[in-house]
Amino acid sequence: MPELLTLLLVFMIIAAILAIESEDLTSAVVSMGAVGFGLSVCFILLRAPEVALAQIVVEVVVLIVLLRGIVSVKPKTGPEKPDRTGLYLGVVLVGLLLVLSVYVAGEFPQLGEPSFARFPDSAGETYLKQGLALTGAANSVAAVLLDFRGLDSLGEVAVLFAALLGVMLLVRKNPRLEIKVEAESGPNGAPVEKGAAKVSEGEPK
Amino acid sequence: MIIYFLILLLFAVGLYGLLSQRNLVKLIISMSILECAADLLLIAAGWRANGSAPVIAAGQDAGQFALSSVDPLPQAMVLVSIAIGLALLLLLTAIALRLYHEYGTYDIGEIRRLRG
Repeated sequence: MPELLTLLLVFMIIAAILAIESEDLTSAVVSMGAVGFGLSVCFILLRAPEVALAQIVVEVVVLIVLLRGIVSVKPKTGPEKPDRTGLYLGVVLVGLLLVLSVYVAGEFPQLGEPSFARFPDSAGETYLKQGLALTGAANSVAAVLLDFRGLDSLGEVAVLFAALLGVMLLVRKNPRLEIKVEAESGPNGAPVEKGAAKVSEGEPK
Repeated sequence: MIIYFLILLLFAVGLYGLLSQRNLVKLIISMSILECAADLLLIAAGWRANGSAPVIAAGQDAGQFALSSVDPLPQAMVLVSIAIGLALLLLLTAIALRLYHEYGTYDIGEIRRLRG
């Protein structure tokens, strides 16, 4: 099992490097999809089926959204000069992180021995032992999400709602132009839609 | 041990992308890779060798189940994190699209130059 996981992780790292370094934005987005789907296979191997399903759904949506983001991008005209400062800073910081991670990876608990098993009456163990009796849910993850930590889920939904409000504000047509046209069109508000469309078409590129 | 190191390597790749790239779409992709690495680290920390998924079988003893299952707590938290990651990516993409409509480019250096 760890061998398969190692292979998948190497695949994911190669796909991540391709996604970051590739010149073409479409291939970068597709490589990121490879990382995400590899991640969901990792979740299945690590015995987390719900997380794997959620990851697949999210990854599909992410691919569609990002492809929508790059579909109208014009090809670059001039040669792009690389940002040297960011490159050097990136290399130095990542090297530092890797050196530190050698020590940190040694300090982690052994893979395959969950840390919750070492402490009696830890949260995870309590959820496993009493989840069925207290909540009636055979699935411990569902019991934790919807019952033991229901307020967390409420906060999550609030964050999702706020983010979607922000997206709706950002992706609609230019609000200032619409308001101006509405004010100009006067009481017979019928031509507002037409006028708004005309103005946004005539917007300078 | 090697698994943890590889996950941290994936994290480092995402961090490198975040620091070195100038294209907004590449920055969003790097952020997403960082998230993937963090989620995988949490799930791997709760894994039990030869353990079962945290779903109790019919008629199984709860005490026996607690000794053989993986940790459900990181899985629940990673589920929340994945959903919030999706919301974050939607918001970032909306901002990037808006910037593209205003400036006609995804390059952050170019955007900074055009603003001044």
